[in-house]
Amino acid sequence: MSTAQKGARAHRAGATPYLYLAPAVVLFTLFVAAPIGYTAYLSMRRVKFSGLGLGKNSRTEIFAGLDNYRAAVADGEFWAGWLRVLGYAGLVLTLMLGLALVFALLLDSARVRLARFSRIAIFLPYAVPGVVATLLWGFLYLPSLSPIHATLRAFGVENVDLLDPSTVLFSMVNVAIWGGTGFNMLVLYTQLRAIPRDYYEAARIDGAGELAIALRVKVPMLAPALVLTTVFSIIATIQVFTEPMTLRPISNAVSSTWSPLMKVYTDAFINGDLYSAAATSLVIAVISVVPSLLFMRLVRRQAFGEER
Amino acid sequence: MTAIAEKPRTSVAAEKSRPRGVRRGLGLAPTAVLLLGALYCLLPVCWVLAASTKTRGELFTSNAFAPGTGLLDNIADLSAYRDGIFWQWMANTALYAGVGALLSTAVSVLAGYALAKFRFFGRDTIFTVLIGGILVPAVVLAVPQYLLLAKAGLANTYWAVLLPSILHPYSIYLARIYAAAAIPDALLEAGRIDGAGEHRLLRVVALPLMAPGMVTIFLFQFVAIWNNFLLPFIMLADDERFPLTVGLYTLLATGANQPALYNLVITGALLSIIPLIALFLTMQRYWRTDLSGGSVKS
Repeated sequence: MSTAQKGARAHRAGATPYLYLAPAVVLFTLFVAAPIGYTAYLSMRRVKFSGLGLGKNSRTEIFAGLDNYRAAVADGEFWAGWLRVLGYAGLVLTLMLGLALVFALLLDSARVRLARFSRIAIFLPYAVPGVVATLLWGFLYLPSLSPIHATLRAFGVENVDLLDPSTVLFSMVNVAIWGGTGFNMLVLYTQLRAIPRDYYEAARIDGAGELAIALRVKVPMLAPALVLTTVFSIIATIQVFTEPMTLRPISNAVSSTWSPLMKVYTDAFINGDLYSAAATSLVIAVISVVPSLLFMRLVRRQAFGEER
Repeated sequence: MTAIAEKPRTSVAAEKSRPRGVRRGLGLAPTAVLLLGALYCLLPVCWVLAASTKTRGELFTSNAFAPGTGLLDNIADLSAYRDGIFWQWMANTALYAGVGALLSTAVSVLAGYALAKFRFFGRDTIFTVLIGGILVPAVVLAVPQYLLLAKAGLANTYWAVLLPSILHPYSIYLARIYAAAAIPDALLEAGRIDGAGEHRLLRVVALPLMAPGMVTIFLFQFVAIWNNFLLPFIMLADDERFPLTVGLYTLLATGANQPALYNLVITGALLSIIPLIALFLTMQRYWRTDLSGGSVKS
């Protein structure tokens, strides 16, 4: 293991590292571990009404075992939400990361003009909060305001509703791509800049063109960064909440349970059923952590494998 | 995740030797693709810039990207809306993002330095557990965080948004990488031989060397808190404490059926992104995202 080699030079110093780690560990305990534990506890409780359910003591909390989980898993709307989110996540991940990769590779190739301007412009949406991004695009989707509709009309396409049930998913995907491509591009681009240029020289001497270098040298060397951006993107897209929530006021096509996360919010705060919300949120956690964990294993092997 | 990349990259010198002007003629298509991407990303920003200058009438009649004549009136209307609550939201957001990012950076840097530069029992376990926090979906935390903070009497206070924003696993991860790459072990050893205490080494040696990395961590966390919606949305009921994201959301929810309020929403959207865009353009060199190795070049 590399720990031993590296550790041989790192310092042994009694309580100091624990002292420096204490704030992080305390915060982790209070704001990560405790909430998870509390969720697990709540998920196995339910309210029991005795008598008519009117008196002060008629409402008692009792142990419910796995009932809430059974109910959560049996709920068709929950899985319908997953289906919508999977479609959404699939499109966002492919298109956003694909674009980010293409832009990063183009920026890194020496023969591009106005590279600095493009890089800043494409990264700019990162500075725009999801709510505001959705709001801006939401206005751009409205027929009465939008230049998009005016353009479509100019091409003879009339009456496209970008916010109806058949299109709202794509409208949302567009917001996510707009907001996320720049950040991922920058991550990949930074990684590309760190690759020693002599690698490309060697490939060039062997007669490889720019495209071949990009595909056969740069992309494989980007693998660790690609895996990491994919993990973060999976987590972010599966948890989609802000965009559909913000579109709700202007589109009837987005229900209050559109994504699994919105269902948890609705259960907990609109319907006041904390117990099933807790069970549902843990099911979401398990479902979304599995792909991430698989990716993290890959990260360990690929990103840090060279150190072993 | 036992070892983090700790070898310095030899990229700077290599970058300089990149051949320029070889077969330059082929650059047209890549440039065009990038400019299209830039155009797509600037489109909504340009639209909101133009739309916020329009009067109510102009908004629905004039060309989408043509400037109007109502910018100052719009800002005045927005400032007058509910006794200037918009500016309260702006101040709240600055408070959440500023204080939150500052505390977050301090916690992350301390933790990252300890993880990178000390050898102690449980190091790998602590690191793995802390980083595992990245994988926990925000909602799994936000709802019980709300319930727990409500029990502590802190729900619907500034603390409810500030406290959960401080711990940021990804920042700890970055801080560890930065500390490993920026602080030579020999320097710490020399300091120890000279009899410097650990806290003094942290202050005099480690923190100055990690400064550029700290700025990056601060910026990322500042943006993350500024842009956060779910946490304040769940934690806060009183709109006096809302950040911009939640405030604009409620404004949109009220205004969606009243085109008369569109101007307010649009102007609010513009004003809410100006501070971040300014921060972002002035701090260009710190927006480095070296995820899996290397140091912050500055």
